Amino acid sequence: MDFVVALAKWFELIGKIPGELGSLSASPELKARVDRIPTRLGAHGVDAFGFNPESLKCAVGLGAWFYEHYFRCDTYGVNNIPDGRCFVIANHSGQLPFDGAMLSMAAFLERDPPRFLRSMVERFVPSLPFVSTFLTRCGQILGTPENCRRLLENGEAILVFPEGVRGLNKTWEHRYRLQRFGQGFMRLALETNTPIVPAAVIGAEEQAPSLFNAKALGNLLGLPAVPITPTFPLVPGLGMLPYPTKYRIYFGEPMTFNGNADDEDAAVLDRVQEVHARIQTMIDDGLAKRKNVFW
Amino acid sequence: MNILMTGISGRFGRRVASRLSRKHHIIGVDPRKCPALPKRIEHHHHDIRHRPVENLFRRNKIDAVIHLGTVHNFRISPKKLYERNVMGTEVLLKHVSKYNVGKLVLLSSGDVYGPMPTNSHYITEEAPLMATQRFPEIRTMVAVDRAVQTFFWKHPDIETVILRPAHIVGPHVRNAPSNYLRLKMIPRLMGFDPIVQLLAESDLIAMLEDSLRSGIRGILNVAGTEPLPLSRIFHVLGKPTLPVPYSLFKLALGKMWQYRMTAFPAPELDHIRFHAVLDTTLAKKTLGVSPELDLYDILAPFRLH
Repeated sequence: MDFVVALAKWFELIGKIPGELGSLSASPELKARVDRIPTRLGAHGVDAFGFNPESLKCAVGLGAWFYEHYFRCDTYGVNNIPDGRCFVIANHSGQLPFDGAMLSMAAFLERDPPRFLRSMVERFVPSLPFVSTFLTRCGQILGTPENCRRLLENGEAILVFPEGVRGLNKTWEHRYRLQRFGQGFMRLALETNTPIVPAAVIGAEEQAPSLFNAKALGNLLGLPAVPITPTFPLVPGLGMLPYPTKYRIYFGEPMTFNGNADDEDAAVLDRVQEVHARIQTMIDDGLAKRKNVFW
Repeated sequence: MNILMTGISGRFGRRVASRLSRKHHIIGVDPRKCPALPKRIEHHHHDIRHRPVENLFRRNKIDAVIHLGTVHNFRISPKKLYERNVMGTEVLLKHVSKYNVGKLVLLSSGDVYGPMPTNSHYITEEAPLMATQRFPEIRTMVAVDRAVQTFFWKHPDIETVILRPAHIVGPHVRNAPSNYLRLKMIPRLMGFDPIVQLLAESDLIAMLEDSLRSGIRGILNVAGTEPLPLSRIFHVLGKPTLPVPYSLFKLALGKMWQYRMTAFPAPELDHIRFHAVLDTTLAKKTLGVSPELDLYDILAPFRLH
């Protein structure tokens, strides 16, 4: 029994290491910023959805490093994110969702007072050890309409990629062409009268250009896609890293919509199309201004 | 008030009966023996399905029925579980409508929703009862809940209350969550720290008593503490925990269950794996009592001394 107790203690110590390292990597200014995020914490240090700012402090160091030094993000119009509840709707690309992390970091680092965008995770995530716990503590929850409705009622800002994996895992020839949008966000926006902030991320497409999507292999492995990039799977391990492209992030003016949330698909899709068109325009403008992919 | 209670010989049933017997006349029905009951409580050693139980309804003017007598022991054969839980409840419901009982309270469980990876973070009373998907043995408890729900809609004149409590813990109860917290060294799942709720047995008894008030009806999720991370419970308990990978834990627990070395069926691991937070807004509005014990009070009997 003593051995088991010792083992438990040892595991406890090991378990603290990532948190401590993360905490060290975040500067005091970053931690102070985390404390300025408006939250509704309960008696046990977490909010109604398991978000814990103390855990976020362990993650922002790395996030800020990626934001400032790896992708060297330029952010425009961050003050278009209002104070109350809102949707941030953006294009999705780059095989791995770094664009989501960078959009969140933009709202956190550049806006004053900082806001933390909540995003909604895929259905397979809650079954993953460590990842599920980490994401929950950092304010990300499972993407069900019910969860989203409650977050909006709490006045949160929610990041949504209506393209989903259609956008994330698209191949190189479709770069910067918005894929079909889902309509769930629009129905929720109409129902709760939530403003929509369109956003465009330029630079994420080139971080991992997918030449070919090995769908059959993906089905075999239970993955949504297996992108073949110039370096993946040719270079094992490191080949998965995104290339250090330069990100340009644009937040557009909030759009508001009125109407019946339970309307026919066609009526809702018209409004979805409006957001789709706006974001496509923002992407095209951003691409026209860009001189180089890497600087 | 004459109250007929099933499951009076259980550790929890006994305490409910003692508490209610201060104000009400309690008629207990339970096939098991129970030596420690106060004298003022009637105890009849019958299975609910047996004929003498109907006599109790005939001879006494029963004002309320509290149904605690569902069997949660998954070692019992499926046939027996079905007979005791589902058929027993059907018979009881027949008596309730036949003898004009005004009130029926069922102690169901928050477990009927099932901890699922696809659950929304908060589970309302309207959520589908999905527990059997990952834990088929729990089906009779879901069936009992459904049967009483149907009864609720069929008999609008009878005030039916279904309480679906979060994890009940207390010094006297011997259910899975309490036994888990009693372990000297608590194994937990590596990499998982779900949000859970606890409910003190004494608070649940107060809620049961309150639900006897006239005017209270419906399905109510009840919980004691605010939703909190499981790790917070371990921290307050001050006991060592051992992280075990899910696949290994599941395999080991399954084998131990097979050789009768543990009282925890392997599918119950989902409770320490996925969030299952009951939305208790409705209960807060409906019930006149609120939980008195906070996390420290609830965990005090389980701490190392």
